[in-house]
Amino acid sequence: MLDYLLRFLVGGIAVSAFAALGDAFRPKTFAGLFGAAPSIALATLLIALSKQGADFVAVDARSMILGALALAAYSWTVCVLLHKFRMSSLAAAMAAFLVWFAAAFGMTAVLIGLR
Amino acid sequence: MIVRLKLSALSRTSWREYLLRFALGGAATVVAGLIAAGFGPVVGGLFLAFPAIFPASVTLVEKHVRKRKEKAGLAGSRRGKDAAALDAIGAALGSFGLAAFAAVIWLTIGRLGALALILAAAAWVAVAAAALRLRRAL
Repeated sequence: MLDYLLRFLVGGIAVSAFAALGDAFRPKTFAGLFGAAPSIALATLLIALSKQGADFVAVDARSMILGALALAAYSWTVCVLLHKFRMSSLAAAMAAFLVWFAAAFGMTAVLIGLR
Repeated sequence: MIVRLKLSALSRTSWREYLLRFALGGAATVVAGLIAAGFGPVVGGLFLAFPAIFPASVTLVEKHVRKRKEKAGLAGSRRGKDAAALDAIGAALGSFGLAAFAAVIWLTIGRLGALALILAAAAWVAVAAAALRLRRAL
């Protein structure tokens, strides 16, 4: 329980800090880089390193590479839905989750295997 | 491209919005941990790059720009969506930095331990900045 409380606090602080950096920088494209900051990853991997060790973290990180490439596909899809289809930001961001799941799990199944 | 730090922009975000980000970020980190515990690190690792707070962030970008432009008598709705689309492009470019971050950890964590995280953070900055420069050059 304490472990998850720690995760909540560290993750919340890391995400808030990177999001605030995104608010403060201009132009918007540069600020958007912070939307793909390793905020959740930093908190999670630090805790995993201390609890489960380096081998566990290495496997985590290998999958994270594919998750990040899926995030690129997701973000690009959001951009297209906003720019070409003029959807609202929330609708575009929610609809594009399908792309993230398909890309992340598809690449993992093909390149690593899901077990 | 000239990058500017505009601290006054921080005051446009309300305490409710800061609290929402904190709660979503914390919840996403807990869920990532639960998924890793339940399904193992192969599936768990994917969720370290899950866009958990992206919908909230991009909605705030659209809302802030729309309000600002409408105040100035401009087409707020269109400008808000354009700003959100630019933010999404930035996130797409930043994702390559995030992939580099993960790759550095994958390759070096066994030898470097916690130091690998610092090296990985430097790789994130370098690759994200390079992707941004490349996009502007094309």
